[in-house]
Amino acid sequence: MTTRTEELLLNVGPQHPSTHGVFRLVVKLDGEVIKEATPVMGYLHRGTEKLAEDLTYTQIIPYTDRMDYLSAMTNNYVFCHAVETLMGIEIPERAEYLRVIVMELNRIASHLVWWGTYLLDIGAMSPFLYAFRDREKIIDLLNELSGARLTYFYMRVGGVKWDAPEGWIQKVKNFISYMKEKVDEYDDLVTGNEIFMARVKGVGTYDAETAINYGLSGPNLRCTGVEWDLRKTKPYSIYDRFEFDVPTQTAGDCYARYLVRIEEIRQSLRILEQATEQFPDGGEIMGKVPRAIRPPEGEVYVSVESPRGELGCYLISKGKPQPYRVKFRRPSFVNLQLLPKLLVGETLSNLIAILGAVDIVVGEVDG
Amino acid sequence: MADLMQQPITWGSVSLMVLSAAVLLLIVLGYVTYAILFERKVIGWIQGRHGPNRLGPFGLLQTVADVIKLLIKEDIVPRNADRALFILAPVIVFVPSFTVLATIPYTRNLPFADLNVGLLYYAAISSISALGMLLGGWASNNKYSLIGGMRSAAQMISYEIPLVISFIGVILMSGSLRLSTIVEEQGPWFWQWNFVPQILGFLVFIVAALAELNRTPFDLPEAESELVAGYFTEYSGFRFAFFMLAEYVYVYAIAALTTILFLGGWHPPFPFLDFIPGIIWFLLKFCLVVFTIFWIRATMPRMRGDHLMSFGWKVLLPLSLINVFITAVVLEILR
Repeated sequence: MTTRTEELLLNVGPQHPSTHGVFRLVVKLDGEVIKEATPVMGYLHRGTEKLAEDLTYTQIIPYTDRMDYLSAMTNNYVFCHAVETLMGIEIPERAEYLRVIVMELNRIASHLVWWGTYLLDIGAMSPFLYAFRDREKIIDLLNELSGARLTYFYMRVGGVKWDAPEGWIQKVKNFISYMKEKVDEYDDLVTGNEIFMARVKGVGTYDAETAINYGLSGPNLRCTGVEWDLRKTKPYSIYDRFEFDVPTQTAGDCYARYLVRIEEIRQSLRILEQATEQFPDGGEIMGKVPRAIRPPEGEVYVSVESPRGELGCYLISKGKPQPYRVKFRRPSFVNLQLLPKLLVGETLSNLIAILGAVDIVVGEVDG
Repeated sequence: MADLMQQPITWGSVSLMVLSAAVLLLIVLGYVTYAILFERKVIGWIQGRHGPNRLGPFGLLQTVADVIKLLIKEDIVPRNADRALFILAPVIVFVPSFTVLATIPYTRNLPFADLNVGLLYYAAISSISALGMLLGGWASNNKYSLIGGMRSAAQMISYEIPLVISFIGVILMSGSLRLSTIVEEQGPWFWQWNFVPQILGFLVFIVAALAELNRTPFDLPEAESELVAGYFTEYSGFRFAFFMLAEYVYVYAIAALTTILFLGGWHPPFPFLDFIPGIIWFLLKFCLVVFTIFWIRATMPRMRGDHLMSFGWKVLLPLSLINVFITAVVLEILR
């Protein structure tokens, strides 16, 4: 009897425990080795950019919440920042501090979700619950401030909607000291684990040149040794007032991405520490904004550092209450472009490790 | 019980045997019910949550409710599945898991079938289950199931060998394959139990046993994050329950076997604690092993397939062979 072998076409997703939402990968397998991988996107496409053309500027902000739902504050900010830049609005001091605090809290929450789910993908169950327990504390803080747990709709053009309630800053301070301990604990629990190291070290490696050519940003770029963090290289808001480092690694593998993110949690805590120290006692939380927001005719591109990378917003105004065109540069989408190339020749278990290390949010990938 | 086996077959002896088998079955089912709850409680405790606590006091009825749910679910056989094999697979996985329990001696007076080849019987029967997993993966006609089935077959074969070789050290020590003799040969003090002189064999045994059980960190065949549920992806309702049941019965079997081979069976750790019945000591050690297995699950990530293979063949197999060699040489010198 002659044996016939053929490649196995496997659909990973759109309903699959490790694609974190409705992301789909079509992989051609030879045994367990991947010959070809094609990402299929768009299952969660809601046409945010097109919808925005019929909405007023304030109405668009809740739509940005739903793009990267793990760090809605950064999305809020990038859109408000674009409009403010176009209109030349001054933001009050207190509002700027509140914005930085909520963005950094949100960054920690987002990295915690990543840390937990990544280890769940690798097969360890407990870190997921630890991460979500601590993320819950952040969500409680943001909930107290904005009244929502995930889709905050907290920022407005010109400032923020709600002032910090009494004692809130103290609660953030308590959280910082709590979280500092916990990060070290998690580092102890996972970072040296032999099985974990074997799973992620040397897996999904690329160099700085490839990363830049594919437009990667965020931890996916910094893991190759490029020190590119928009908070430092292109400071926005009041980030130039804080002292923090940009963690980088040179290996360019999944482990390097892991280390960068863990270190970023520590750096965010440092920023939070300084921001809560310097937090002004009183003052306005909204700048001088005309009742109807009509930015002057023109266009603007602003970008900020989201937990996933460079989050950009390109805005064209024709002087109407609605924008003429809004385009978001969504880092999850851009970071995914390298995936098909990375996956060729890897095994199915490595697929999960590599896809997880990219840190995608499908809401952001599909827009 | 042993005398019963020797007697001529009469209605009385047959019905007594059937009755005791049924009692054992009920004990094991009761154990499985509460082992699942215990696992969820232990893992919940480790992960800083409560675990099931809604149904009955302390959630004691949770598993019962789960089983009832599985029982009343629709029995689904996928259209393109190989129907006969699909139905057969859970049976092949499940039956050996119960069959191996027959040889386990709980105390000096309570062995069910004290075979003189008990250990060999255990090794031979338990490896049949791998066939059922492969069959289930193949018959489901699902790509994830197939990969899961293949993985489990490869893993079972690779880890069966160091597991059985780690038995040999114990067999050399006691000079018998009979499980009750193996226990009797271990001394009254706890440092005379096999896990001290056979420390290498014990470690190999624990690792290989975890792999045999398909439990974390060796749960590749059912790697949830990769293969959805592995070889039983397509199974639901009571057929799924059979796979789960077999898994937990094997935890029972391995924990009992660890207790017998390495932890001195029903012996108390110090001879002066003899007044406490042997069954209590057996159960204590048994529970300790079960707890350790659950504890590992809550702590470890999953290994990767190729690492698993190279670990099995390049580390565990040589180690177990070295253990046999050392044991044989030392025993020869001491004699």
